Amino acid sequence: MGGFPILSVMLLVPLAAAVACLFLEAKAARNLALIATLVDLALGIVLWLNFDVGGAQWQFTERLELFSGFSYALGIDGIALLLIELSVFLMPICIGASWNSIDKRVGEYMGAFLLMETLMIGVFAAQDIFLFYMFFEAGLIPMYLIIGIWGGQDRIYAAYKFFLYTLLGSVLMLVAMLYMVNVAGTTDVPTLMAYNFDPSVQTWLWLAFFASFAVKMPMWPVHTWLPAAHVQAPTAGSVILAGVLLKMGGYGFIRFSLPMFPEASAGFAPLIWGLSMAAVVITSLIALVQHDMKKLIAYSSVAHMAIVTIGLFAFNQQGLEGSMMVMLSHGLVSGALFLCVGIIYDRLHTREIDRYGGLAINMPRYALFFLLFTMASIGLPGTSGFVGEFLSLAGIYEVSTWTTLICATGIILGAAYMLYLYRRVVFGEQKNADAAAMADLDVREYLMVVPLALAVLWMGIYPESFIAPMRGDIAALEARLASAAPEGDSKVAMGAATSKDTSAHEDNAAHEGAH
Amino acid sequence: MDWSQSLRLIAPEETLSIAGLVLLLVAAWGGDKASRLISILAVAALVAASALVAPALCGGAMGPDTSAFFGQFYADAFASYAKILIYISAAATLVIAPAFFERYNAMRAEFPVLVIFAALGMGIMVSAGDLITLYIGLEMNSLAAYVLAAFLRTDGRSAEAGLKYFVLGALASGILLFGMSLIYGFTGTTAFSGINAVLADGLSNGALFGIVFMLAGLAFKISAVPFHMWTPDVYEGAPTPVTTFFATAPKVAALGLTMRVMLDAFGDQAAAWQQIILFIALASIVVGALGAIGQSNIKRLMAYSSINNVGFILVGLAVATPQGASAMLFYLAIYVAMSLGGFVAILMLKDEKGDYVEDIPSLAGLSRTRPGLALGLAMIMFSLAGIPPLFGFWGKFLVFKAAVDGGMIALAALGFAASVIGAFYYLKVVKIIYFDEPADVVKGESDVWHKLILVISCVVISPLGFLLTKWLGGLTDTAATALFHAL
Repeated sequence: MGGFPILSVMLLVPLAAAVACLFLEAKAARNLALIATLVDLALGIVLWLNFDVGGAQWQFTERLELFSGFSYALGIDGIALLLIELSVFLMPICIGASWNSIDKRVGEYMGAFLLMETLMIGVFAAQDIFLFYMFFEAGLIPMYLIIGIWGGQDRIYAAYKFFLYTLLGSVLMLVAMLYMVNVAGTTDVPTLMAYNFDPSVQTWLWLAFFASFAVKMPMWPVHTWLPAAHVQAPTAGSVILAGVLLKMGGYGFIRFSLPMFPEASAGFAPLIWGLSMAAVVITSLIALVQHDMKKLIAYSSVAHMAIVTIGLFAFNQQGLEGSMMVMLSHGLVSGALFLCVGIIYDRLHTREIDRYGGLAINMPRYALFFLLFTMASIGLPGTSGFVGEFLSLAGIYEVSTWTTLICATGIILGAAYMLYLYRRVVFGEQKNADAAAMADLDVREYLMVVPLALAVLWMGIYPESFIAPMRGDIAALEARLASAAPEGDSKVAMGAATSKDTSAHEDNAAHEGAH
Repeated sequence: MDWSQSLRLIAPEETLSIAGLVLLLVAAWGGDKASRLISILAVAALVAASALVAPALCGGAMGPDTSAFFGQFYADAFASYAKILIYISAAATLVIAPAFFERYNAMRAEFPVLVIFAALGMGIMVSAGDLITLYIGLEMNSLAAYVLAAFLRTDGRSAEAGLKYFVLGALASGILLFGMSLIYGFTGTTAFSGINAVLADGLSNGALFGIVFMLAGLAFKISAVPFHMWTPDVYEGAPTPVTTFFATAPKVAALGLTMRVMLDAFGDQAAAWQQIILFIALASIVVGALGAIGQSNIKRLMAYSSINNVGFILVGLAVATPQGASAMLFYLAIYVAMSLGGFVAILMLKDEKGDYVEDIPSLAGLSRTRPGLALGLAMIMFSLAGIPPLFGFWGKFLVFKAAVDGGMIALAALGFAASVIGAFYYLKVVKIIYFDEPADVVKGESDVWHKLILVISCVVISPLGFLLTKWLGGLTDTAATALFHAL
């Protein structure tokens, strides 16, 4: 790519379009937003094609000393690359989802969405810890406005809850960041990732970061903002919230908590497992009894994010790769599911499951795509969901079989609530005349669901395309975790010993005995 | 040290004194018809004074060369920095005031003159090197301010604000004087350098009491908890341009003065007063945030917001390091921009008849009737809440960075956590402006000067403000260094 600052351009295109949208009429704003997101998607593809797999860890780096106290430093590794791809892929679909359903204050809406895109890319590309924080935190403003202005009935409560919950988590993280920068003497993320903080201090730092990422993730029991925000947000808001914003928590763990505080992470791993186990079972059961489609999918998101956290805190390559795959897959699948809900919501203006039924008769094509995404959410082999969940569970099995046992129930429960949802909405009798009269997918909707379906299948059938760019980075992270793990912590030592199968199994046996 | 040197160092004060006296004469002969001319000349005088103080700031003037009249007055980089902020605030007040007072037929010729004298007093406050200079500056500013608060003579609220401000201000001055007399009694000198030298041997109980009483008096002037009670009433009652002035220039001056007294005169005794400042800072943050939640008048809300912000600024003082002082100065600059923008936006809220709207529920749906104004207000609210990427974040960031670097991690964590409470009421304003159905109250036309100042403030607090961090950070560092090397 030479010296072309592609990451900066990817940040600037939506930002400039966002400002322009504020001054445009509805139609022009829609078109401009679509063009800007497509340009960013094209840039994203260029970025991926030029990404040197197996090359330097940090690529496309840019650094400008514009500010005092921190610098404008961008750069990506494989992990960030994939999450950026996810963001730019979902954005045009979000704009498409809002094409007709948003009819008031379109310019402001599109502006807020484009601003979101800039901030999301910024979060994943920032290589300066304070720059990261600014992007991370700034996302609250457009999301607050999106939920509050264009949301449903209880939008104001949801907007407040979303904002204050995440803000409280983040400010504690900022104090920790200030401390880290003071001790390490640099704001550079790659340097900080290699810096060895005093293990006793790590505990506090880890907790401060945990406060932020756990809320963002969201982990049980601080997940309660998510259903409220999802239900009230417009369709595209839900897609972007589930698709990308939730990934910021996972990204935070993988970029900050794990490499910067390996000892503390190892020490707190049982806490994470416990919360994840609780999350999988409890939120899956809650999802089972929902009457609101969006709420059901929101709770299923919490359960899926718990699979991400156990994968991350398995401290081995399978687990880490698996959790990345779950994040990517969940970004596509939950986004697609919210989109499917949005498609029928646009027609009937209700999310009540009982108001639908027998859609397979009048909307067969819709039913087909909905089925595919339902199966992907359950984790059927051949779809994206399977790869990540299997790897995560395989990873955690080496460390804690009990956790695996409990979390694997999530797959069964997931099948239960998703199939139950699907049965009630798509199969059965056509109870309601208005639901029975709904038209099948139109061209705009095809253009949204087909790319998602293809991506889901691609990730399920040939996951290597997605695993390859991040393999080196995950291996580096694993090495970092293994070397820094305290002596005698059997859990982490086993994670490090994946290559030596026999010893791992022996340790496993010993560990299970201890249970 | 000769007199000519001293007189040269106080050139900005001389300029303002002469300008004030001449304009007073013009006002006496010209009457209220000349008020516009006097306003323009007053702004010119403030610009000239700024030009005179700028070299000291850019050149990083510090040390004995900057002391005039045998240490009674310091014209160093620190004083220059504070003075520039004060003069900018005063000039902005003069620019926005005519449109407001003309509405009530109350644009009098003495208004600009009073602002000039207040600015002069504030300049003396931040330059003070002696308790007597301090008091002269403080009273000069206060006397002008009491009159300004009651400037709308026919309005009961304005008269009430003036009276309240006067009674409580006089009480605070008394407390301050009492503290000063204790300090003088126990150290035998009124010069900051002398006090510092005497206290180097240790702090007697009497001097400690002196510090406490002085802090109480100063806390009143900066409206810090627990001496903040007058603020909401005075902010609400005073004419809005005067409130704008109160929220900006005297805050800078009183905080600058507090920094000078604490870090110069009592600089070696930081351990004795750090705890007090710590309490005042945290209490101001919390009370400012909680008090604002129930307010329905936007000027009262801004009053609590200023209490809250003063708390954050004092965090920098509690650390008692040059880094903390630099962070305070930076925060003050951002705070001035946010307050100016906020109050100008309030001035732009007019109903059909041209009356000023101060009731927060009446702002409902402002984003649909006045999108530009709504965007400006929302930016200011998010910036006051300290949400990045708006520039208000950077002020909080710097003071808490200073706190963490100074080893006060618990303070930083508590302060940040309390800032979330503050975010709630700022969000409430944004919610009313953006989410609620339009109340269609705000319809009046805005003055072009108001628009201009709002736009300038919004550009400063927008993410573009971060481009200033290097330049302004360098200036605040210089000013803070000068403060620590004044003696």
